[in-house]
Amino acid sequence: MKAEGVIRVGAGAGTSDDRMVPALELAERGDIDYLVFECLAERTVSRENLSRSKNPEQGYSPSLHARLRMVLPACIKNGIRIVSNMGAANPLGGARAARKEAKDLGLGDIPVAVVLGDDASNLVKSRGDLIMIENGEPLESILPKMISANAYLGADVMVEALNTGAPIVLSGRVADPSLFLAPMMHEFGWTIDDLPKIAQGTAAGHLLECTASVTGGCFGWPGKKDVPNLANNGFPFADVRADGSIVISKTPGTGGRLDVMTCTEQLIYEIHDPTAYITPDCVLDITGISLEQEASDRVRVSGARAKPATPTYKVNVGYTDGYIGEGEVSYGGIDAIARAKWAAEIVKERLKRQGFKYDDFRVDLIGMSSLHGQLDIRPEPYEVRLRMAGRTYDRKAAHAIGFEVRALHMHGPGGAGGAIEPRVRDVLAVKSVLLPKNLINAQVLVEGTL
Amino acid sequence: MSVRVYDLAHSRAGDKGNTSNISVICYDAKHWEFLERELTTARVAEAFKHIAKGPIKRHPLRNLKAFNFVIENALGGGVTVSLAQDIHGKSYSNVMLAIELPDPK
Repeated sequence: MKAEGVIRVGAGAGTSDDRMVPALELAERGDIDYLVFECLAERTVSRENLSRSKNPEQGYSPSLHARLRMVLPACIKNGIRIVSNMGAANPLGGARAARKEAKDLGLGDIPVAVVLGDDASNLVKSRGDLIMIENGEPLESILPKMISANAYLGADVMVEALNTGAPIVLSGRVADPSLFLAPMMHEFGWTIDDLPKIAQGTAAGHLLECTASVTGGCFGWPGKKDVPNLANNGFPFADVRADGSIVISKTPGTGGRLDVMTCTEQLIYEIHDPTAYITPDCVLDITGISLEQEASDRVRVSGARAKPATPTYKVNVGYTDGYIGEGEVSYGGIDAIARAKWAAEIVKERLKRQGFKYDDFRVDLIGMSSLHGQLDIRPEPYEVRLRMAGRTYDRKAAHAIGFEVRALHMHGPGGAGGAIEPRVRDVLAVKSVLLPKNLINAQVLVEGTL
Repeated sequence: MSVRVYDLAHSRAGDKGNTSNISVICYDAKHWEFLERELTTARVAEAFKHIAKGPIKRHPLRNLKAFNFVIENALGGGVTVSLAQDIHGKSYSNVMLAIELPDPK
């Protein structure tokens, strides 16, 4: 049970493909007040924008249905509010879908607060002069291929949405830590210029945003970093007090581990300059943070500092950038590696003779060099899987890679087995630009009756 | 005699665009100064030369008995366009852990 004066914010998803049952366990026995689902990777909004262009009802995270169906009954029963960016490229459509799920579950008419305004595609269309952070070039060159542009909104507009009282808050693109910071600001009335508290809340959000990464997932190492009952690892939550004190813990009775080691790995995860982690809410400095094991599976976080937020939003611009084609086939036993290498040369020659060209091409021997390269110094395994991949603007050329790799069964060195079907995927690339915050008009709308 | 980073520290890799960040976290704070002296960006660059173009920057996190290595041009152009199997470079922490350093004794 949580102590008096504590608000408990739980993490229900750290990606759209995250496991679902641990979120239910949190809702049922975590004694949480908020359940936050972070479900948007860098290019997810682009992908969902494409779904929406095919069907205007869609464009929200497809996992919304299954997640809400699983947790809504427990959340409504226990008075847990749901906060999520599962609205993706269509938060309004997501809200309607959420309300329908609630109705179908017999939970009645549940209002949903919707956060709009992250879509900046119209804004950036006329701003070809904006400089892309990644390569320093003007945005102009990718505008003709643009499929989405979304600003990472901050906690302020999420607080506005929470102020409506709606049990569910759905947004599109919102920075991950902001999703967690918002309930704290809402509950305790923290303002954005109360930097010590904003810093603590942002650090807590960063620790929670990858769910199991702080409870022993992406961590264990047999004999070196053992994790008990990892198969049943639980999701984390933060116990937050009005003064900004934070303790991270996890669902009681679940497996995994939550300690200073797991928290340190997650704290540094995806941070560059640790004195300047830029979110829409502040510029966080983690170098003064202390992590302290307060009890079993409870870690106290203190000493987060922050500077005021920058005057710009980061805007992710998604665009189509050709195709990636892939093929795979296996060789085993005597001279397996020699046959795989020969096979790769044969496929390359066949692709060349057909006139196919690639902007990037890669040959991997899975089992030797697919992760860390340096084929020449790796010991030979018993069996190896040849993988060939190429990027091109010509769909036929992309398809030909998998086609020719599969044809090695009949037309390559002896004893090739287990080729995959030729694989082609659209490349959805992402670049980012900065937009002055005053150009973005974030707003809250309620679907249903409060 | 030599030690590996693996013997003294644990590590996790993260991605952002075409940049990989790899933490190195001491099991015991007493090894932090040794790693500060020996786990130089030059050594890390050597270990990653076939993977990343760089530049590489090392950020000290004394309070957390850790370092954060930020390696640019490391992810085949970035998660969205990379031809690699491990597009996020999640497995790169294992390249870091395998780096050999002179014996601290």
